[in-house]
Amino acid sequence: MKQPRSRLLVAFAAGLVFGAGLLLSGMTRPAKVIAFLDPLGAWDPSLALVMAGAVSTYAIGIRWGGSWRRRAPLDAPLLSMPPVARIDVPLLVGAAIFGVGWGIGGYCPGPSLVALASGGSGVLVFVGCMVLGSFAATLLDTTPQRSAPRRNGEALQS
Amino acid sequence: MLATYTPVVGGVLIGVAALALWFGNGRTAGVSGILGGIVRPRQGDVSWRLAFVAGLVLAGAIGYALKHESIAPSPRPLAWLAFAGLLVGVGTRVGGGCTSGHGVCGVARGSRRSWAATATFVATGMVTVTLLRLWGNTR
Repeated sequence: MKQPRSRLLVAFAAGLVFGAGLLLSGMTRPAKVIAFLDPLGAWDPSLALVMAGAVSTYAIGIRWGGSWRRRAPLDAPLLSMPPVARIDVPLLVGAAIFGVGWGIGGYCPGPSLVALASGGSGVLVFVGCMVLGSFAATLLDTTPQRSAPRRNGEALQS
Repeated sequence: MLATYTPVVGGVLIGVAALALWFGNGRTAGVSGILGGIVRPRQGDVSWRLAFVAGLVLAGAIGYALKHESIAPSPRPLAWLAFAGLLVGVGTRVGGGCTSGHGVCGVARGSRRSWAATATFVATGMVTVTLLRLWGNTR
């Protein structure tokens, strides 16, 4: 599947706006994120507003735009709507591990990539290890990746 | 004053960007998943991911150039950040998403899996930060 240029442009623009949102919301300041995760300490609840803003915008937009089945682009080769599946052990274990890492570093994946631009050694090390961890996790997944588009809810063939 | 609104404005921008990716490309804006598809590439499914990541990094470069304080280093030591990166990389792949894919898009869609994942990573994140603070206080 060749990627049309418009598709790349949409992805690039989305990344740019997404990154601007993360910057404005303060997610690229790990001390602020850590303070958000510290409700019994010097709690900074303001990041809950980021999530509220993002979730309500996306929820309204998705509903307003109609159901994803009808409105998803017809020429999209793959639709990435993750499969509706039950809550299983990998989901909860993975999320738990991610949360610990988030609490230690104060970075989740998006903000860490945005913060790369500062060239700080801490964020470079974090992102390097995150990429390693991501690679290691997919190695553990023994299913051949080409024939398993549903793995990890990554790409649901429509 | 302005500081009260910026988290909401930032959140709305994140939502708008995720909508653009969804209605424009039929993709969920989950950063860990997008990155995962670069780390383990599938043919014909890489370039848009690189474009999205390039957008993120460029946004950071512009933001940092305009206002250095918009990107701050983590207060944690380097070795901790290495460990944290590994955990985030492994955890988001095993759990199938992070703060954006589960926390924003999945929660907004009303996905039970994403609600469960989000509750879990916020909870373990809070426990981790609390324990590290208590441990730091006793040293």
